[in-house]
Amino acid sequence: MKKGLAILLAAMMVLACVGCNTNEAIDPTEAPVAGDPTTAPEETPEATNTEAPATASGSVYYLNFKPEADAAWQELAATYTEQTGVPVKVVTAASGTYSDTLNAQMGKDGAPTLFQCGNAQGLADWNDYMLDLTDTAVYKEMTTDEYNLHDETGAVKAIAYCYESFGIIVNTALLEQAGYTLDDITNFETLKAVADDIHARSAELGFDAFTSAGLEGSSSWRYSGHLANMPLFYEFRDDGVTEQPATIKGTYLDNFRQVWDLYITDSAADPTSLSTATGNEAEAEFGQGKAVFYQNGSWEYANLVLSDDLGFKMNPEDLAMIPIYCGVEGEETAGLCSGTENCWAVNSQASEEDIQATLDFLYWVVTSDEGTQMLADNLGAVSFKNAKVPSNVFCADAQEYAAAGNYNVSWAFNHTPNVDSWRAGVVTALAAYSADPTDANWEAVKTAFVDGWAIEYTAQNG
Amino acid sequence: MRKKTRDGAAVNSRLIRRPIQRWFPVFVLPTFACFFIGFIWPFLQGIYLSFCNFNVAKDAEWIGIQNYVKALTDPGFGHAFWNTAAFAVVSIILINVIAFAVAYALTRKMRGSNLFRTVFFMPNLIGGVVLGYIWSLIFDGILKHYSTYLTANATYGFWGLVILVAWQQIGYMMIIYIAGLQAVPEDMLEAAEIDGANSWQKLFRVTIPNVMPAITICTFLTLTNSFKMFDQNLALTEGMPQVIQDGAKINMTELLALNIYSTYNINKNWHGVAQAKAVIFFLLVAVLAIIQLTATRRKEVQQ
Repeated sequence: MKKGLAILLAAMMVLACVGCNTNEAIDPTEAPVAGDPTTAPEETPEATNTEAPATASGSVYYLNFKPEADAAWQELAATYTEQTGVPVKVVTAASGTYSDTLNAQMGKDGAPTLFQCGNAQGLADWNDYMLDLTDTAVYKEMTTDEYNLHDETGAVKAIAYCYESFGIIVNTALLEQAGYTLDDITNFETLKAVADDIHARSAELGFDAFTSAGLEGSSSWRYSGHLANMPLFYEFRDDGVTEQPATIKGTYLDNFRQVWDLYITDSAADPTSLSTATGNEAEAEFGQGKAVFYQNGSWEYANLVLSDDLGFKMNPEDLAMIPIYCGVEGEETAGLCSGTENCWAVNSQASEEDIQATLDFLYWVVTSDEGTQMLADNLGAVSFKNAKVPSNVFCADAQEYAAAGNYNVSWAFNHTPNVDSWRAGVVTALAAYSADPTDANWEAVKTAFVDGWAIEYTAQNG
Repeated sequence: MRKKTRDGAAVNSRLIRRPIQRWFPVFVLPTFACFFIGFIWPFLQGIYLSFCNFNVAKDAEWIGIQNYVKALTDPGFGHAFWNTAAFAVVSIILINVIAFAVAYALTRKMRGSNLFRTVFFMPNLIGGVVLGYIWSLIFDGILKHYSTYLTANATYGFWGLVILVAWQQIGYMMIIYIAGLQAVPEDMLEAAEIDGANSWQKLFRVTIPNVMPAITICTFLTLTNSFKMFDQNLALTEGMPQVIQDGAKINMTELLALNIYSTYNINKNWHGVAQAKAVIFFLLVAVLAIIQLTATRRKEVQQ
């Protein structure tokens, strides 16, 4: 009797141990979802659809990287399963942990069949896992090839399902209060004139020109990434660069400096404290009407207009997005900076049935009523034939600039080698320059920009 | 007396011993399995991966010692090593001297010493990342008055980390020292006093030799803690500022563990290098800890 009890207890310990280990294996897929308060309870399509049609043998596992769109994807996946019986599992990586999550998930059995691969770096890392999408039905639904990722043979490896735009967000109501309209701003000189005037009268107007140009981690990417895109774009355009270059020249860094000087002088923020100013601070300054200009992207629409938590609830009619003007010849006809890191890649190492199921799912997403509606509501400008008009005014602005024939400022920063480290160097130098704007300190910015690029390129390919 | 021997006999009796001998694997197995799955296996796999080029662990490809060559020639790694060494020396001395002094003061008979012990111990209860962010706010708040900021240069970042870690660990080491000090035999101190020793002599000739075991454990803990320092480093400065020296990028306030972490994140060509650095790092910490333990153990006295 006692012997039996001992065996039972020991067996329980073993089971508990094994149990905790399997739990550990499942956890990473669930943890990210748990982090998002808006997440719908995890669907278990496999369980609810046991009597699925016999034709559906594969299943879809989508590793999504946008926490804000998680709930919508979960819902869409459930709808698809309901209609076709094909199980669709959507897992969302927690903000900022996508590449770690992808790495962990790809190493397992039952790896994602559909994942994100946003830039050249991702293509280099995951090319072996990416299916050639050239002959797929979903690719043939696309309206533009501009944002897709191709490998060296020209095969389409990742398709850009939506694109985003960034520029300078303007509060047109405040602009009018200061006595100007959007038509007064057509290039860098006019932007500077308006901003200087607003800044000079800020005490009387009750608001300033620019929001704080924070260089804390939650904000610095707006400058080391987005603003840095301007000199990179123009240099690459001049030199006809279409692939990641080993070195850059920094031809337009003086333009970069002009804009940066404008941001830090025509603003209420103290330039010496920018290294600790956060993205939320800048967003709040704009949302609360304390500044007219705010450099950011179309994704800010949700926070500025829709979000109940933040409570800015700005009137979409008071919002517009204009290009980042930096004093380059001919910039009067510039459009917004549009591009994307939202690219779908299909896991070529998944089973054939799963690949087929994934492709069918994608085709349904971009053609069906439910799918296109969800894309328009959550992702903005979508590059498929059946796309619905987005409610996001910034996306509408981007389309308007494009329709008027203005040139698109593409996302040249997608070529940045070892991007986090390169940006860290630029931010370090920018912070030092802002605290003490001397020519010597600007030289350090140039070094971080130009020499840093070459170093990171070597590191990346070394 | 009789009872005692009977208890001993009971434990040694075959009735008890036989089942233990027969069944111990069943009881050891679960723990051993966990230890194997959670520690030994990943450790061995880690060593294997340090000789491989890999993105996902399952498609690792053997490339020999190339990763070690890259790791050892990386100037950032060298810089992080000297940074860590300097940080370890400064923090070991600072933490142990202050912790000992505080413990010594709090073992005197004084009002509210229990309250002080609790207060000094409390920083330990806060996690490293939280502390890092809180202290970065504090330092930046202070430095703002002088129109500068924490990541403006390496000196601020280094001493910032020292202050943070000292603040966090002094309380913990203090508790260990208090336990050690309370175990110093009262009669030995009394005898020294009767022989005419002054208080410094009592401290250095009687108290310190008697608390050597506590000193051993505290230096061991502070040494390994400073070498393994990661979350505070990440949250406080993230290795910033970054500068370019002799054609290479160096994160000025980066310590070894953070350097390994950021190496891994460069891209898949560097995963193996980061793993190689981690193996080197393990050997380094192990060797240092063993040297330190033998050195301080030798100074311990028998009571």
